[in-house]
Amino acid sequence: MSRPREGTGVPLPLVVPAALAVAFLVLPVIGLLVRTPWSSLGEQLTAPGVGEALRLSLVSATAATGASLLLGVPLAWVLARSRIRGRSVLRALVTVPLVLPPVVGGVALFLVLGRQGIVGSWLDDAFGITIPFTTTAVVIAETFVAMPFLVISVEGALRAADARFEDVAATLGADRWTTFRTVTLPLVAPGIAAGAVLCWARALGEFGATITFAGNFPGTTQTMPLAVYLALQRDPEAAVVLSLVLLGVSLATLLLLRDRWLRGAAS
Amino acid sequence: MSLSARVRVQRGMLHVELDLEVADGEVLAVLGPNGAGKSTLLRVLAGLLPPDDGRVTVDGNPWDDVPAGTRLPPHRRALGMVFQDALLFPHLSVTDNVGYGLRTRGVPRAGRRAAAAAWLDRVGLGDLGDRRPAQLSGGQAQRAALARALVGDPALLLLDEPLSALDARTRLTVRAELRRHLAAFRGSTVLVTHDPVDAMALADRVVVVEGGRVVQEGAPAEVARHPRTDYVARLVGLSLLPGTGEGTTVRLDDGGVVAVAEEVRGPVFAAVRPESVALYRSRPDGSPRNVWRLRLTGATPHGATVRCDLGGEVPLVGDVTATAFAELGLVPGDEVWAAVKASEVSVYER
Repeated sequence: MSRPREGTGVPLPLVVPAALAVAFLVLPVIGLLVRTPWSSLGEQLTAPGVGEALRLSLVSATAATGASLLLGVPLAWVLARSRIRGRSVLRALVTVPLVLPPVVGGVALFLVLGRQGIVGSWLDDAFGITIPFTTTAVVIAETFVAMPFLVISVEGALRAADARFEDVAATLGADRWTTFRTVTLPLVAPGIAAGAVLCWARALGEFGATITFAGNFPGTTQTMPLAVYLALQRDPEAAVVLSLVLLGVSLATLLLLRDRWLRGAAS
Repeated sequence: MSLSARVRVQRGMLHVELDLEVADGEVLAVLGPNGAGKSTLLRVLAGLLPPDDGRVTVDGNPWDDVPAGTRLPPHRRALGMVFQDALLFPHLSVTDNVGYGLRTRGVPRAGRRAAAAAWLDRVGLGDLGDRRPAQLSGGQAQRAALARALVGDPALLLLDEPLSALDARTRLTVRAELRRHLAAFRGSTVLVTHDPVDAMALADRVVVVEGGRVVQEGAPAEVARHPRTDYVARLVGLSLLPGTGEGTTVRLDDGGVVAVAEEVRGPVFAAVRPESVALYRSRPDGSPRNVWRLRLTGATPHGATVRCDLGGEVPLVGDVTATAFAELGLVPGDEVWAAVKASEVSVYER
């Protein structure tokens, strides 16, 4: 083995691909910024539908993140801590949406929750509830695609957390639910926050499952990614502006939350 | 009456089979090497590990009774436990850590804070209650952990190597304080340690555990004076020589003969203290009746003395002053004459 060169300390066979990777990841974003029609930016941003799509995207991504937290954190605990049988099978099932093409996920959701679907027909008959092509469908599609990110991240945090703290809590009179609330959750809070941001970002960018299961109706199901795609066919300049907005929102959220964690971890 | 435990549990290759009785106010030290089953015993007593068989009764209440199918979960047991690393909850202040056991029992916030403050005063941390655990030193954290374990007035206190993570100086002061708190504690205490000094300083009684079983039991001073296994003998720095008494000599099981001062018969242990061993380059003349030609197998400096491991027909550990060691000019592998006065060999029944 040869020692890495002095100076950067990175061997040449690694430097070149790494530099290419950086260029590959950064250039498209720069291209976006270069092609932005800065002069007509204000006009484009206030165009009808833009505000609506943005609001719908933010609301549905946040709702999907909330649903994922509510269901995903307990699931992560079961995967990391419980002694139930078939845990590895369960974990494999949970990660299926990660590898499943989102369009396929949308089709699957449609088959289950659609009007003719197994659960959907019952919902329709019993309560008169129809899910597809509503904002609810958007949230469901985004939750389906994004929740595994949260589960995986929280499960990792739980595994990394020192389980002896839970033993201590038990010797101090805490039952398992109290232990979970007062010890486990605070210990893995940073992991949950990280998972929630991943989940939110994934939900915000969701396209395939949404368009398949929820359709593309301005005001109810047309989120920003759908609006971008549509605009690209009709008016590329508008697509660039919408993309820029989505990029700005993502970056702002990331920076804001990262700042907050860093401060939280330092204190 | 207090703690009465009969514990049978299999942990990998180790079969733990321990019977213990600890009276109210008594401190029992469980002394043994790593992997002897000490921590497993504590986890069973705490309810963190279900035993395969046995009974654990505290103040007459069954905590575990495998034949009867009774099992009290850990949070329903009136116990306090202190771990090797203090394991204070990092997200809570020191006061909230100490008050945690009251919070789980539904004591209102003001009451918890008052009780926690009183306990922090007792362990000498009265002005550190608002700190985070990360801002405490090791000794302070361990004191806070003790306060946290005792705040709920438990019937049973379990101490799992409570001093071994501390540096030598801190250990000394925390040990002295712990001794004071244990004397004031009315419940039963089980202290697990591999340090005989902890056991001597803190315990009323010692059980020595090896391979999941009790190999010796008694008052700390008795165990230190008359060890029955190599493990304890090494801990207290004695050379343990099992043999058979034949009048004023002991014929060792591994060969070799040791002269002793008193008349002994039957299976006995002969024990030699390191400071009783004298070393010579050539065979010494004169009084000592025990002179053996041994081989130096190792030498470690210990302050002003050098601890010499000696192999041969009578394996010994001997302490000589650093000056004497230098004058002898010994290196490991050298042959050397070792002499021990018969009156310096202690003999007791096996």
